[in-house]
Amino acid sequence: MPTFVYMTRCDGCGHCVDICPSDIMHIDKTYRRAYNIEPNMCWECYSCVKACPQNAIDCRGYADFAPMGHSVRALREDEKGTISWKIKFRDGREKNFVSPIRTTPWGSIKSPADYDTPGPDDFKSQELAHEPDALNIDGGLPALTRDQLKQGVV
Amino acid sequence: MFTSNPFAELSASVPPGVMQAYVVVMIVLVAAGTLYDIVHKQSAKYFFDNWRKANDKGTQPVGGGEMVSLAVQTAVVEGLTSAEFCNPRRRIAHLLTMYGFLAYVITSAVMVFGYPTPATPTPAILPTLWTVGALMVCAGGYWFWFFIRVDVASEGNSPFRVMRADLFILSLLGSATFGLIWAFLQASGSAGTTVFLGLYLIATTVLFGSVPWSKFSHMFFKPAAAFQKRVETANGSRSNLPPPADKPEVFGSARRQPQHF
Repeated sequence: MPTFVYMTRCDGCGHCVDICPSDIMHIDKTYRRAYNIEPNMCWECYSCVKACPQNAIDCRGYADFAPMGHSVRALREDEKGTISWKIKFRDGREKNFVSPIRTTPWGSIKSPADYDTPGPDDFKSQELAHEPDALNIDGGLPALTRDQLKQGVV
Repeated sequence: MFTSNPFAELSASVPPGVMQAYVVVMIVLVAAGTLYDIVHKQSAKYFFDNWRKANDKGTQPVGGGEMVSLAVQTAVVEGLTSAEFCNPRRRIAHLLTMYGFLAYVITSAVMVFGYPTPATPTPAILPTLWTVGALMVCAGGYWFWFFIRVDVASEGNSPFRVMRADLFILSLLGSATFGLIWAFLQASGSAGTTVFLGLYLIATTVLFGSVPWSKFSHMFFKPAAAFQKRVETANGSRSNLPPPADKPEVFGSARRQPQHF
């Protein structure tokens, strides 16, 4: 379901341009409003739909579940940690879905900026940043010792 | 410069009647341009079609009193404080430009019609407001143009890349900037006054004459759209958005702890 913009609702803030991983949300040169320049290349991640503060971006539903005359609208509520979807079929039937958008309350995860800056020695380590703490493993990552390796490998 | 009426000084070379006729022509151009815009783009038809659809979909009737209350809220919140903008920097820039433009335009018209010659001394507050208004337009406008504009901030284009969407902001900035320079040069008796008067007139004429092609008329359309948005929220149609969700008590319900390591 590629996305499209209702240009009358868009206020040209650029959130969708910033967030689109496929770089297909751009600003119209005449009206300075966002639009999807290439729906065929849309990853259908709905980052733009969820990020739009004006709820100006919708999805064009596939014909097998929402034929012409439908609408697919999303509402993301950060403070509640939910995303709601409303599918409206052309005969007027509606289906509403609500899902949590994360498994922990908003703001409970440490931001990357709150971690210590890696030192020069950290760059020489085989471990990624904040491993093994970030993986909840005590005592370091499991690793093979030299005597466990096949002969001839080292 | 801050306290002298630049239009009264200009009356030595341009008759006040000509200046007043120019202001009238600009007002007519804005009115005609907005009407043409409404007819050409069918904005009014779209607005009332949408209004009717929203009313049909609404689950709660909105009474006359509530409608007046919504109109007042729209005027105060969206109109006077530009609350629609989610970016605080953009909102401040818009407020600076909006109030600066109002002060600049209203004092221009009052000075041209009320105090057109040095024979009718201008109260110092009018030219001061005119200058402060133009400076506010420049502060908000250039901040927007170089740093906040989506083409620069999100698209990463050069601030000097010009396109049709820039017609309004560029002509507004041109009018305020050249107007200030012209008033300063005229007050100090320096050379180049006529050149900057010409540039000021060109920018101002483009600003008020290009309404059908620029976003000048957003100052009439935007409040109407904001009002409709409030009505849609009040009558339950909510622009077809899903209803507000209940806050989940347990995030992710009874999710298992990861056990793959």
